[in-house]
Amino acid sequence: MDLHFQGPEATPDEKAAVDTVLGPPTSAWSGGARNLEEEGRSTLLGGHAARAERHLLLPVLHAVQSRFGWVPPGALDYICRRLTIPPAEAYGVVTFYHLYSATPQPASVAHVCDDIACRIRGAESICLHLERTIGPEGSGGWKRSPCLGRCEQAPAALVLNSGESQVAVSLAPASATEIVAAKSSAEHVPDGFESLRTSIPQFGDKSLRLLGRAGRVDPGDLSAYRRSGGYAALARAFELGPEGVIAEVLSSKLMGRGGAAFPTGRKWEAVAKAPGRPHYVVCNADESEPGTFKDRILLEGDPFAVIEGMTIAGFATGSSRGFLYLRGEYPVAATRVQAALAAARSAGLLGEEILGSGFSFEIELRIGAGAYICGEETALFESIEGKRGEPRNKPPFPVHVGLFGKPTVVNNVETLANVPLILAMGGEKFAGIGTAGSSGPKLFCVSGMVERPGVYEVDFGKTLGDLIAMAGGVAGGRTLRAVLLGGAAGVFVGPDKLSMPLTLEDTRAAGATLGSGVVMAFDDTVDLGDILGRIAAFFRDESCGQCVPCRVGTVRQEELIARLRNGETLGTHQDELALLKEIGQVMRDASICGLGQTAANAIESALVSLDAWPERKESR
Amino acid sequence: MSEQDSLWFKSPPPPHHPPEPPVRKAPEMVAITIDGAEVRIPATATILEACRSVGIDTPTLCFLENLTPVNVCRICVVELAGARTLVPACSRQIEPGMDIRTDSPRVRLARKMVIEFLASSVDLSTAPQALEYARRYGADSTRYGTSRESDTSHDRDTRLPGHHHVPEGIGAETVEQPVKVDNDLYVRDYGKCILCYKCVEACGEDAQNTFAIAVAGRGFDARISTEANVSLPDSACVYCGNCIGVCPTGALMFRSEYEMRQAGIWNESKQTSTDTICSYCGVGCTLTLHVQDNRIVKVTSPIESSVTNGHLCIKGRFGFEYVHGGLDQQADG
Amino acid sequence: MFGAGGGTNSYREVEETDVILLWGSNARETHPIFFHHVLKAIHNGAKLFAIDPRRTSSARWADSWLGLDIGTDIVLANAVGREIIAAGLENREFIEHATTGFDAYRQAVEPFTLESAERETGVPAREIQAMAHAFAKADRAMICWTLGITEHHNAVDNVLSLINLALLTGHVGRYASGLNPLRGQNNVQGGGDMGALPDRLPGFQHIEVDSLREKFEVRWGRKIPAKRGWNLTQMFEAMEHGDLRTLYVIGENPVQSEADQSLTRHRLESLDCLIVQDIFLTATAQMADVVFPSAAGWCETDGTVTNSERRVQRVRKAIEPPDGARDDIAIVCELARRLGYDWVQPDSKSIWDEVRELSPMHAGMSYARLEAENGIQWPCYDDSHPGEMYLHSRLWERPIVGPPAAFHPVENETPIEKLTPEFPLRLTTGRRLDDYNTGVQSGGFSSPLRRGESLDISPEDARNLGVEEGEIVRVSSPRGAVEVSVRIDQGLRPGLTFMTPHFQDEVATNILTIDATDPKSGTAEFKAAAIRIERLGAK
Repeated sequence: MDLHFQGPEATPDEKAAVDTVLGPPTSAWSGGARNLEEEGRSTLLGGHAARAERHLLLPVLHAVQSRFGWVPPGALDYICRRLTIPPAEAYGVVTFYHLYSATPQPASVAHVCDDIACRIRGAESICLHLERTIGPEGSGGWKRSPCLGRCEQAPAALVLNSGESQVAVSLAPASATEIVAAKSSAEHVPDGFESLRTSIPQFGDKSLRLLGRAGRVDPGDLSAYRRSGGYAALARAFELGPEGVIAEVLSSKLMGRGGAAFPTGRKWEAVAKAPGRPHYVVCNADESEPGTFKDRILLEGDPFAVIEGMTIAGFATGSSRGFLYLRGEYPVAATRVQAALAAARSAGLLGEEILGSGFSFEIELRIGAGAYICGEETALFESIEGKRGEPRNKPPFPVHVGLFGKPTVVNNVETLANVPLILAMGGEKFAGIGTAGSSGPKLFCVSGMVERPGVYEVDFGKTLGDLIAMAGGVAGGRTLRAVLLGGAAGVFVGPDKLSMPLTLEDTRAAGATLGSGVVMAFDDTVDLGDILGRIAAFFRDESCGQCVPCRVGTVRQEELIARLRNGETLGTHQDELALLKEIGQVMRDASICGLGQTAANAIESALVSLDAWPERKESR
Repeated sequence: MSEQDSLWFKSPPPPHHPPEPPVRKAPEMVAITIDGAEVRIPATATILEACRSVGIDTPTLCFLENLTPVNVCRICVVELAGARTLVPACSRQIEPGMDIRTDSPRVRLARKMVIEFLASSVDLSTAPQALEYARRYGADSTRYGTSRESDTSHDRDTRLPGHHHVPEGIGAETVEQPVKVDNDLYVRDYGKCILCYKCVEACGEDAQNTFAIAVAGRGFDARISTEANVSLPDSACVYCGNCIGVCPTGALMFRSEYEMRQAGIWNESKQTSTDTICSYCGVGCTLTLHVQDNRIVKVTSPIESSVTNGHLCIKGRFGFEYVHGGLDQQADG
Repeated sequence: MFGAGGGTNSYREVEETDVILLWGSNARETHPIFFHHVLKAIHNGAKLFAIDPRRTSSARWADSWLGLDIGTDIVLANAVGREIIAAGLENREFIEHATTGFDAYRQAVEPFTLESAERETGVPAREIQAMAHAFAKADRAMICWTLGITEHHNAVDNVLSLINLALLTGHVGRYASGLNPLRGQNNVQGGGDMGALPDRLPGFQHIEVDSLREKFEVRWGRKIPAKRGWNLTQMFEAMEHGDLRTLYVIGENPVQSEADQSLTRHRLESLDCLIVQDIFLTATAQMADVVFPSAAGWCETDGTVTNSERRVQRVRKAIEPPDGARDDIAIVCELARRLGYDWVQPDSKSIWDEVRELSPMHAGMSYARLEAENGIQWPCYDDSHPGEMYLHSRLWERPIVGPPAAFHPVENETPIEKLTPEFPLRLTTGRRLDDYNTGVQSGGFSSPLRRGESLDISPEDARNLGVEEGEIVRVSSPRGAVEVSVRIDQGLRPGLTFMTPHFQDEVATNILTIDATDPKSGTAEFKAAAIRIERLGAK
């Protein structure tokens, strides 16, 4: 490509940061020293091969961002030379993800979660404290953040200190003092895996299937994993053959655990049969739905199970390459997954000819950079490809046109963690767990005003009331006002729904959703208007901006909620509610992806189920 | 060249059959239902093409025949029986048995809301097509309050993803911002930008492949930007003008047109347009010369041209000035 | 070789080809909209090979760039041919069915081994081999070229060497396979179509073929000289010898566009009478005895032009010409009247209808059809003929229609002007995106890209000469010297320098270039002069 570079030359440090990922440049064309042997007479330049490198953009940007705390323009130009990316497009990528910065910012930035679960647990007072002590948001070295996925120990913060080796400190529960202290820490010793036990109130329960190892078996110890039954399922898969594996998964009736609840076996079957080559497996670990933290617990506590599940998926679908896309706010999970991949690789459980089966499979860990939308499967593909996380219109579906335009099976972390179980016990037996319409064990992320927040594993069929009771009921014995099911994209239900079984079929019948398994409880002291305002702000912030209904609709929705909260309505209160309904309708009907389509759900459900805004007064 | 070669002197006889492209199998005709009437349409058609072929006028803003459909404006959505959501007509390929409604209450509401959203956030004063849709669907952009006084309009180019000021008061936020005039050929007025992606596509893979502009930022703060928001002269721009050629709202405009409009002398009713061929290289691009008062005021190219597909280069687009130099003009190399 | 000269394929076919050899062409800048079609091909998966001494903006899109030394194109082409034969990749069936002279060709290219080609061209053998294999194995492949092939003293041989490759592989006469020279001016193809060649009448009908010439004589009621005339180079030589005393120049600016400007100026000064018909008072017009101000053909008159895909297209009058300027038809008719021939002034359509009457390849192209079909590609023999999308399909018909196509073995000749200790650097010339030839037209608009003339040199030469970016230096060739600022270009290797002809009034690049011309085509060797660079004292 005939790219144009105008920006300043990258400094030696900037080049070095990029080269840690890409290796040294071989020619002036790619930003290094002039090498007439290589480039004076012939070179690959910007042809197909060079343009195919773009998928390395996010990993390289991470290297630069974590080194300097922002992406300097010289570094960005250098990256573009190395990867043959137009600088304007790379700039578009940098400015899309909120963990990157295209402008200088303090070397240490604390991302303070002020999302739903944290704001009812004191996030706002942390923000106020930081504002007073270290300065305003942004220039003071701290920022408000959407959900950091540590709701069970809210309030949470993630401190990122840039430097030659980046320090990422994940704090929960966090205090302003700890945050300030973490900002100057040069190294951080993460908690041992045993600390996960506080997030798993059922720890020690022998019947746990998905959480059985978490907090008990060292996630860095492959042999411990194998001693506890790990990799037996992969061996079983090789005996069954790809079609046999798919038959087991089909008969298990496993439904995807990411929120959409699509039958996993059917997805695998479609990819296995898709004519295009190669095929890919993608593990969606971009767990960003506010209130969700189960995938983090699995990856921090039992990464090999997910890797084994992915490997089996690769075997079944005829894939030789997999990507595990993890959200950027999970530094501990990243470390553990990276270590687990390395261990599996050196034990011959990844790579060429796994266990002498003739099957070769490699998994790459890819780290997100702060964008809820990348949990949408096609946006996730775009992100892996080195682009802005803008969802694609469907159809075509990923099983036909997925990552790099090829047939792709994309599964949630929890879904893949179920796969070894299925092969171990057999699909039919697995299908016997739970209810007729919802098979298997299920993880629920219980947070908010309950006594014992955490991730809970239950067989499908428990009621909402059961689950809240397991969590010790409403904290302080107060009255339950509402439960948010499924996260910001889910719905609010009132105490009248406590007897509803938490199954796919029962929630669907009740007009609710399980979504990603969020169960967030609110007592009668919570300011629902504030929560709804935060949800509206969340969608406005996280909309990719591609389609009009979502880009503008989320803004208009937030403005309208603000008017309702302030009592400054345009026209009558009823006019406003009617307009809110129309805004919700067009977002649901006409948005490209699930984000816009669900951006009004929680708010509308609060109006319907909770009567969030009883008419107070006529507007001026 | 050997003179013994008789072909040098006499043309060879013509082939028995004029050369033709390889035979492509004609697409199968499939039956679908549009607004209750069954029609047969080639299987490769999109819903939009199907609608147009039966005379149904489907509104579009981000769609253009010479660009890949991005289906982002969503004004072309139609209702498809059995689908959970409405579907974009511009990009969705038809399938046998589809039952499509193009004017249902859901469709009309979605189209009205889309145009209301745009009209309440963007200056559509030079977007006649959008204004016509607003009339057609009864859009009322005042329902969202008056345009919010935007003291932050200058910072739209540097807004950070994931962070915004929580709305106060009752105004509707807009994309208002100062006009960018940084070179002699183009003006960029992003207060008029509906983010249809057409300019990005024309600058990118669908035509020019220069990639001087891309979408930056996120959500409502998404905007068209050069690398690091530098001025056009510092950017990769090669001034082909193809972004202007596809812009549906006048956000991108030739400097000459912008200045004539500012001076109040732009008058389309007095303009003629004449197709001719570019005077520069031998590619033979069709130019449409827009002439007012015997002066060329704008140059475009027809989308149907198999040579240009509607796209030009800097010389074809802007290189006409010399014909207005008069006889005394010196060759000033 | 193939009769009428023109690109064999349509632009739309480019988008669907598999391999493109872009040889001596920076189409990205000089034919930008043609390159759009190439880019579509690339995005459809086609491989692009760029053969150019410079790493041009076109080369930057290539999957492989072959940076050969100036004037070694035939070595490279012959080596490609030899490698194709050595690897058994030639299209035997096509060669036997539709060509003659293969054995002679094979023998002629035999010495051009990959190793010797690497030595002579500088291009690594593996790159030559890879290109040869990709080209030969492709289902569809095209060779496109521009002045990098034709502005050499052996231009025709260069072209023949490429034609040989197409014959060898059967990449001609089929959809999306062929040979496509890109024309530099909007009607250079049309000028040829209309017989603006020394040996041709309209429709490429040879003036020395009695039956063809007589057809015109009957129609025009006049005898036509039965011998071909002079080409441009021969005309200038005739001026030198005093054989040409009067010159009527229409829409050309030879003072600035010809190589070796001083010599050109001297020759024009020696004429008895110089008439210039132009829309500008060009440097040539300023020397003229008589100037006919004319209208701008493309927007102030009606007519047709022909593009590089042989598409005859209508130009239309959109604006009135300035006072005093007249349509070319009016000028010619008025001149005829003054010379005693009172032609009733025809309009462009009736002239076109006369062309159709006399030129079989244009016969089917009525104005009505040209309007309705957005132009038609010649040949188009009658009202129902669609025009030929690609040429030479006759070679694939069974049995073949007409005579087979002949291989023409060619030998390489290095540039006339050798590098010497006195003039140790190679100067080549070319064009940039926003300017055009001598800049007479493009100078009329304000381009934000324009940065004036420069001498582009490699970083190594800059270092050796101790010159910096932007420094004004004196550049001398055996014919003269200019002063110009230096620009350092990473796309050049040591020893190679580059200039454009765009700013002749400021920097007369063509003072430096050599007028050594190809005896067969009359093209000057603009692509290869020898120069030296000197710093201008202390600054």
